[in-house]
Amino acid sequence: MSAIAVTHARVARSEWIKLRTVRSTVLTYLFAIAALGGSGLLVAISALERWESMSPSERAGVRIHEYVLAGDDLAFLALGVVGVIAVTGEYTTGMVRATLAAVPARLPVLWAKLAVLCATTFALMLPTSLVTYLVGDAIMSQRWEERLTDPGVLRVVVGTAVVATLVCALGVVLGFLLRSTAGAIATLFAILIVLPMTLGQFVPEIAPYLPSSAMLSFITVSPEEDMLAAWPGLALFAGYVAVAIGGAAARLKRRDA
Amino acid sequence: MITVEQLTKRYGEKTAVDSLTFTVRPGAVTGFLGPNGAGKSTTMRMIAGLDAPTAGSARVNGHAYADHPAPLTEVGLLLEARAVHTGRSARNHLLALAATHGIGRRRVEEVIELTGLGAVAGRRAGGFSLGMGQRLGIASALLGDPAALILDEPVNGLDPEGVRWVRELLRGLAAEGRTVFLSSHLMSEMALTADHLIVVGRGRLIADLPVAELTERTARDLVRVRTPDAEELTARLLGPGVAVTAAAPGLLEVRGATSAEIGAAAARHGLVLHELTPQRASLEEAFMELTRDAVEYRAGGDGAGGAAGLARDGAGAARAEDAAGAHDAAGAAAGAEAVAA
Repeated sequence: MSAIAVTHARVARSEWIKLRTVRSTVLTYLFAIAALGGSGLLVAISALERWESMSPSERAGVRIHEYVLAGDDLAFLALGVVGVIAVTGEYTTGMVRATLAAVPARLPVLWAKLAVLCATTFALMLPTSLVTYLVGDAIMSQRWEERLTDPGVLRVVVGTAVVATLVCALGVVLGFLLRSTAGAIATLFAILIVLPMTLGQFVPEIAPYLPSSAMLSFITVSPEEDMLAAWPGLALFAGYVAVAIGGAAARLKRRDA
Repeated sequence: MITVEQLTKRYGEKTAVDSLTFTVRPGAVTGFLGPNGAGKSTTMRMIAGLDAPTAGSARVNGHAYADHPAPLTEVGLLLEARAVHTGRSARNHLLALAATHGIGRRRVEEVIELTGLGAVAGRRAGGFSLGMGQRLGIASALLGDPAALILDEPVNGLDPEGVRWVRELLRGLAAEGRTVFLSSHLMSEMALTADHLIVVGRGRLIADLPVAELTERTARDLVRVRTPDAEELTARLLGPGVAVTAAAPGLLEVRGATSAEIGAAAARHGLVLHELTPQRASLEEAFMELTRDAVEYRAGGDGAGGAAGLARDGAGAARAEDAAGAHDAAGAAAGAEAVAA
């Protein structure tokens, strides 16, 4: 055991303890897993049941991964909320003062929270996404055909976990920027849901560059004409998150706790 | 050692802390005293690097708080507002804080035992009583076995037994050579706990002196006499420089004569005395005297302001109650005053 002092690894360990020991974050993680896995199973079974009543063109239009991963939006929102409450829970209870008194350099807390939440989210959502796809595919392959190895499918399945991780990071950052649970969740939902429905509808020129469209590009096997391609989409969404991280770092460093 | 130099904090137009300069020395308990809103909490937050000063600086053991590689071993901090996530158990809260410094589980269990939280350490901190919350705050402050402690209103919400426990703990920590700096708006508590006082009002330094000196500075020359022969004793005592006030039937307050002189006078004239008590100035009165101009929110009419709640608090020791009683009696007797010209 080395000398008693603050290190990045120790701050990360502290954040890992914090994440595990609050019921709300644990429950929200479980909700995200259930949202992706549960709705995947439900949609797969329902599609199979409706096969008889579908028209030939409907049958031909079904893509297994689109059906099976239909719960991704709900899971993303839940994971964004996990990111938010992991931070705002500290601000609203006053815990943040104890945290920042222990780590007065402050920025290590931001890095540690991002690292721990991103690692946890990816570690939970990658298997969830994979298992959901494989189970759903096994059910639906009675009528349709698609493989994980088909072009773009593996990218979408893994990409679902990648996007989930980035949305969680966005939640963390919004938490540090706004400090209030309601404000940060409202902003998160506005970015992911309201913006594409309003600005995206009425100013179609910028629609592909909105965060929600950019992330959608990466989890679509073949993005439409009016969308960015998969990898540029991911890069842009990650860029948005990175800019927000920069803002959060500046704010955390400067403002009174 | 905590050194504060020209420390200033402004929020827009309002100056919360105004060019404060003082030093808190190790080996003693230093009280940080002032009415509510005097800038005590803001000063403490600036010392701990949580709030940035508008001007000036604060150093702990020679360095800015944030420059210490292991701040929890330098300063233990208890802030007025609870700094605990309500959804986490006390033990997990301490484990999470300890983890940032690589402090082991054994030390966490030690501070849990030390603060008497053993039975509730597994429960969520949100369900804690105010007193348990304060104990958890003290446990967090002691986690790093720090050389200095900064405690904002540590006895707030504690029962009398808890108050005594905190007092003895702090005195013990100071005796070990640590720096102990605690704020309070309760003079009575300071009288029992602190060796040295730093008094602030409206963000400004009002006094920086040993407790004993404060008492001396405002010492009064007043003797309380209980006697069935009040009228005759009054007549015998009155003379140049001596004032006698009938505080209540059979109770006199004498100024300008020592208890020895009063006792001798009574004996000379064969008068019965039931009580003969020299009144020492209470620290509460000294405090009110010092902060009279600096009290921000005055309580309705009594002019005591932030210190008004003093005697009602569980911490109010016999001395404080005494002082309040003397006050009341003096007020009630205003009509029955007999003063020699």
